[in-house]
Amino acid sequence: MITSERPIERWSSWQTLDSGRLLLLATAGMLVVAALATSVAVGVRQPDTPVAVAFGLFIAFGELLRLALPGGREAAPIAMAGAMSYALLLHVGGQHLQGIGPLQVIAVAAVGMTVGALPHVAAGRPASLTGMSTRLVAVACVAFIFRPLVTQFPFIGSRSYWWLALAIMSVLVLFGWLVDTVIGALIRADDYGARFSVALWDEMRVQWPLGAAVGSSAIITAFAAQIMGLSELGVFIGPLLVTQVAFRRYAGIRATYLQTVRALARVTEVGGYVESGHSRRVSKLAVAVGRELGMPEPDLLDLEYASLMHDIGQLSLPDPIPAGATVLVSAADQRRIAELGADVIRQAGVLDKVAELVRCQNWPSRGHYPEPPIGSKIIRAVNAFDDLVGGSTDRDRTAAALERLRLDTAFEYDAAVVEALGEVAGKRLMSRL
Amino acid sequence: MGKVSWTAWLYIAVVVAAAVAVAVLPPRHATGLHWWGELAVLCLLFLICDSTPTPLAARQSAWSPSSSATLAAVVLLGPAGAALVGAVSVLSLRRELLAERLFNGAMYALSGFAAGLAFVWLNGPVGVPEPGQFPHIIWPFAAAAVVHVLANHSLIWGFLRLNRYERKVPRKVRTESSLPLLLVSDLGFAALGLVIAALWAVTYQFAAVIVLVPLFVARWAMGQFAEQQRAYAATMAALCQAVETKDFYTRGHSERVSRGSGMIARQISMRPDRAEAIRFAGMLHDVGKLGVPTKVLQKNGPLTEEELAAIQLHPMRGLEIVREIGFLNEALAGIMHHHERIDGRGYPMGFAGHEIPLFARVIAVADAFDSMTSTRSYREARSIDQAVQELRKGAGTQFDPLLVDAFIAALDSEGWRLPEPAAVPLDSRTVTAQDHDDPTAPLRVVESI
Repeated sequence: MITSERPIERWSSWQTLDSGRLLLLATAGMLVVAALATSVAVGVRQPDTPVAVAFGLFIAFGELLRLALPGGREAAPIAMAGAMSYALLLHVGGQHLQGIGPLQVIAVAAVGMTVGALPHVAAGRPASLTGMSTRLVAVACVAFIFRPLVTQFPFIGSRSYWWLALAIMSVLVLFGWLVDTVIGALIRADDYGARFSVALWDEMRVQWPLGAAVGSSAIITAFAAQIMGLSELGVFIGPLLVTQVAFRRYAGIRATYLQTVRALARVTEVGGYVESGHSRRVSKLAVAVGRELGMPEPDLLDLEYASLMHDIGQLSLPDPIPAGATVLVSAADQRRIAELGADVIRQAGVLDKVAELVRCQNWPSRGHYPEPPIGSKIIRAVNAFDDLVGGSTDRDRTAAALERLRLDTAFEYDAAVVEALGEVAGKRLMSRL
Repeated sequence: MGKVSWTAWLYIAVVVAAAVAVAVLPPRHATGLHWWGELAVLCLLFLICDSTPTPLAARQSAWSPSSSATLAAVVLLGPAGAALVGAVSVLSLRRELLAERLFNGAMYALSGFAAGLAFVWLNGPVGVPEPGQFPHIIWPFAAAAVVHVLANHSLIWGFLRLNRYERKVPRKVRTESSLPLLLVSDLGFAALGLVIAALWAVTYQFAAVIVLVPLFVARWAMGQFAEQQRAYAATMAALCQAVETKDFYTRGHSERVSRGSGMIARQISMRPDRAEAIRFAGMLHDVGKLGVPTKVLQKNGPLTEEELAAIQLHPMRGLEIVREIGFLNEALAGIMHHHERIDGRGYPMGFAGHEIPLFARVIAVADAFDSMTSTRSYREARSIDQAVQELRKGAGTQFDPLLVDAFIAALDSEGWRLPEPAAVPLDSRTVTAQDHDDPTAPLRVVESI
């Protein structure tokens, strides 16, 4: 999903909670219960207590500084790095720590995350149980492999075998990242009705920089703490914070960018060139159709921009087209408007793909050489659909509009696009019932 | 950086001489084969960081996390080693002029040496750290990090100050907005130096390889931010231009008002983030004109009351369009009230004096000035002097006198690029006969009986 609007949180009723999420929450919940019960029963070994508290605080701090990533994603990289490094810890300041079991790692991570999430809840933001559970399960996967391994083969922890420890840690960190990404992709595929393979690819592309930072930070912390002791956490937070601020600024400007294009795309509405709400409806529907067709996220972003601005060429008309329905204007005029709009967008110098989508939006989907890009085909069909249906959610009107588009699939509209549009429109009607 | 002035050359010569003097001093600490091996690895790390800087939003500045390599050298090798690691910047793979190359190498060498001195002076133990030294080593290290960052930035600052050769707009102003962030970023990555040193005790030379990953991710994120920011500004400018196609004579108006508002904001020392917001507000201030029917905008003759009302509604229309852009909170007020007058006779609310938001008062000055210095269908463009006189005349009634003074001061120091004289277009559809922004030619309204 490109838009910053998130799907409606479904925590209100447990009946509508989908099974994937339920499974995730149940797994995380069971892990936490088992971990806490064991920790209370066995207790934490005396010399380990300050270490557990320090890492717990570090994780809580990281959870407090959650990060919104492009596409309505959420991450807590500092918390994740803290939890991962606790799972991978060998010694702290020359002192052996083989007493840390996997369940203790989970207990510390869970308590830290909960403490860090409390201020979010107090401020009225969602607790984001899904995100926390995903992180916890990923950490648990690493802990359940590494902790028994170290207990079984204590020589991994000796200084002379650092390269072996480094190799094992690198593999495990990668594994933990994969678990995190796969769970994230499953949840997103479910939320947005995307294909899993596409969702996984998107998720990997968005998450790899942060994943690499988290993984390497966890390894660095696990090693450096052998020398620096707990003061490592205090020193290392510096570069981590700077990196996180950079990510935050990046995500922030992406969001503002999208908001601005959305807002400025409305100039055509305010100017009376198109019907109010048209651009936004077209863009929402176009993105849904694109996702239905399995388009990856960067292409969906281009499609969203293009569909928001597809009518911008009308600004150069001296007077608005009656009712703004471009479907009723001669083909030559439509093309001219599209060309003008594409020129405007190309001026920006950074949106050439978007300009291309806008330029080709009126080309017939078949028999035209060169063939228009898929994004343009989508805009063409969705635009015609919206001109016919408008904001109406009437079942018969939707069906009639779809029928009319289907009749034209021999030449005008792309058959697969119209099929996907029918699918999306059908789902919409269902969800409104 | 362009050409280098002779004062800057002198400055570079002094800095380089100091750096050479520092570099030839014999290292006071153990310099076995180990020392040279560590030096080589750290130099390589520094070179990798320094050769792949992230371009920042301000065109000619860039950032790299190389301070972490220098600070690691402070701990592992002492002052002389840190100076040598810094000096490697001379070999940096980025394309730069000889002057810049020499200066950068000398600057990093000097700041590395200064940091090393601070570390040693505060009894920081030089060499591969051991568990017993923590947490005491942190204090001398923190002092070294601060000294390094301060020395680094003050040396650069001196260079930029002296090298303002043949430049209308001082570059310093543009880089300043990101300076606090740069300082903090450098400090944050300087802290990584101690972690590298500690890592060295466990993984030896491999420490430099492991830290490359987070360093490159940080660089990636910073670069993405700068790239998105540029894309954002470019897109906004293109869309504003699209709005202006409705009227031939006002082409480039938004961009110039944005520039003028930014000049005033700098002159009154507005916070950088607010100055940025006001530039965007200036860019978008007339977006609501789209909501005014073209025939009203282009009417050649007195306006009826309805038509006047339609024109006077454009700030509200603009607000309607940009309201959803998250960051523009203060800018919204600027767009909505940019036609208010200090004497309370403006529109849409009739606010007076300081009831009018600061952003709106700033935009009003820049807006009127650009309107007067541009050609209109009913008159030629005025000269800058004439327009300044008109602004002075309106100070206190139409404009905030303090902001008028600030703008005039900014004009004196930075100058003003006039729009290209507009040739009369053949296509009369895109010509307006009246300009609502022009304070010297008020809109003509049909007298009601």
